[in-house]
Amino acid sequence: MKKIYSVLVENRAGVLAKVAGLFSRRNFNIDSLVVGETDAHDVSCMTIVSSGDERTIEQIEKQLNKKLDVIKVKTFREADAIDRELMLVKVKYNKTNRRDIMENCEICHARIVDMSRGYMMIQICDTTEKVELFLQVLKGISIVEVARTGTVALQKCRENER
Amino acid sequence: MNGAQAMVKCLEAEGVERLYGYSGAAICPFYDALLSSKITPVLVRQEQNAAHMASGYARMKGRAGVCVVTSGPGATNLITGIATAFADSIPLVCITGQVVSSMIGSDVFQEADITGAVESFVKYSYLVRDAQDLPRIMKEAFYIAESGRRGPVLIDVPTDVMACEIKKYVYPDKVQMRTYKPTVEGNGAQIAKVIRELEKAERPIMCVGGGVALSGAIDEIRAFVRKYQIPVVSTMMGIGAMPSGDNLYFGMVGNNGRPYANRAVGESDLLLVVGARVADRAVNRPDLITENKVLIHIDVDPAEIGKNVGPTIPLVGDIRHVFRQIDKSEIHMKDHAAWINTLCEYRLRTQEVRAKAGKAYVDVRAFLETLSLRMDKNAVFVCDVGQNQIWSTHYFKVSEKGRFMTSGGMGTMGYAIPAAFGASQARPDRQTIALCGDGGFQMSMCELGTIAQYGGDIGIVILRNNTLGMVMETIHSLYDSRATMVDLGKDTPDYKKIAEAYGMGYEMLDGKGDMEQALYSFLHADGARILEVSVDPRDRV
Repeated sequence: MKKIYSVLVENRAGVLAKVAGLFSRRNFNIDSLVVGETDAHDVSCMTIVSSGDERTIEQIEKQLNKKLDVIKVKTFREADAIDRELMLVKVKYNKTNRRDIMENCEICHARIVDMSRGYMMIQICDTTEKVELFLQVLKGISIVEVARTGTVALQKCRENER
Repeated sequence: MNGAQAMVKCLEAEGVERLYGYSGAAICPFYDALLSSKITPVLVRQEQNAAHMASGYARMKGRAGVCVVTSGPGATNLITGIATAFADSIPLVCITGQVVSSMIGSDVFQEADITGAVESFVKYSYLVRDAQDLPRIMKEAFYIAESGRRGPVLIDVPTDVMACEIKKYVYPDKVQMRTYKPTVEGNGAQIAKVIRELEKAERPIMCVGGGVALSGAIDEIRAFVRKYQIPVVSTMMGIGAMPSGDNLYFGMVGNNGRPYANRAVGESDLLLVVGARVADRAVNRPDLITENKVLIHIDVDPAEIGKNVGPTIPLVGDIRHVFRQIDKSEIHMKDHAAWINTLCEYRLRTQEVRAKAGKAYVDVRAFLETLSLRMDKNAVFVCDVGQNQIWSTHYFKVSEKGRFMTSGGMGTMGYAIPAAFGASQARPDRQTIALCGDGGFQMSMCELGTIAQYGGDIGIVILRNNTLGMVMETIHSLYDSRATMVDLGKDTPDYKKIAEAYGMGYEMLDGKGDMEQALYSFLHADGARILEVSVDPRDRV
């Protein structure tokens, strides 16, 4: 079972290590982990995607709540979330495949963000699934480098938010 | 006032009377400031034992124990003591000196990333960056260590922070942490559910753990089970929550436990786990336990509930508060007399394994029983780890006002002597006895120096068999008796000479000796003394 944990933490030195250490020490999986500041500078939001059986999922939430730097934990299913991942990919192009790459970018809502003679960098921001799909589409073209952010997600909007 | 002086002021504000530690360059500012305080520092011989002493002290005082050591090796030596306290939820505030802030990260002399190293076995840790934060951090540290599920907190203080001028020293009255609000009171609806299940139960049993003594709930628990006639078993850490001789008490559960205790749990229709983890040593197959019974799990730590076994009714809260809440309702229990009779019969029918000790040796079972009966009624008994621990759990009889302590979760050899010394300093009015094997004794033997220097008044029993007996048992059952790495050598050291070297009393008891007489002079002597007891290396638990 895959779950997304949206974890608000104190924005202090060492907090990322404490949370990441908790996962390794308790033998929990991390599929992806993203950290960034929120609207408040003293609070960061970690988005952690993890999988495991029901008891593991519950333990992860409880153990996260036990950490004294953790302010709040929200756990939700992928289906209840809007999730996005950003990928930058550098490819080598030539006269024959340039048109093709541009068309694929258009279809997949990706953008070319940098270019030199022979190389271009493409940006795509979408669900993990679409990002994977785009990588498949690029197969056959020589990929030089790939950088992905991992998933950020928020629970879908409801009538009564708090 | 500088940072170090502020730290001392904070300790005074917390009512600290005594602390355990070891000096070194990085902690010198603190010990210098401590000179003008009434707090008594105790210089140990190895830092690990400072944590064990603070642990024994904390367990008898009901407040956090304090240990203060230097940076680098001082801090890393403390680690086993911290992990031991963490596993048994003992409140400690551990202060470590650290190299100058600007040098942190450059691997200078005696630098160790101690907050990083202890992360997985402290409740919380601080690396102090700004001296002005010290009062708040000290206040938080004591609050965190002593509230909710108790545990060790570490504060790492660079020397320049200790030297820094404090602009305005104010010790806060309250802790304000948005991330930490432990649940103390039990949820009313959950309590009502617990009561409904208790009323339905025909064969209830309570399993008490270390949480009972930690929350100071021994009186509440005893009153509750006696009022409603609920039989009790315990984990190792729960020993002493009920007097051993109580008619309602049916011994320790688990793989080293009593067969009738395990049978009682197996045949019950309601199991009330109180302040225990349902750990691997206590319950063989936690996943099967709820097959035929209602499981109620009461614990202050929500993460323990459901970690090893999914309870029917979880109830989060401090044991003492929860049982005071439960006690407000009138509970109409079924009659448990027949069930208790059955359990008494199981207990009676169990044939005690009385391994025959060779004539040259002391029968360790009889010895432990006699020792417990001859000790003061409110004595504190600390056993170490190994065969001596398992024998103690079975044959040592804890009296109504007695205390039984050991390193349960971590199983740290060498715990008994320093912990007993700490305990005796917390409660000098109570007789304190440490029991260890010759392996554990030699691990903390250096602390005889501390005990002698500070006029410690404890009795140390060494069960001598020249062997790591518990490991030997594992080898017998799993490794075809191919003994290796268990032989401690024949008759070295000479414990009599060791005792003499430290100016301690010494008695020796073997199979030919008079046990009563040896115990009488051992228990009635003043000051630190050693009783060496020769036990059969072939004896098994």
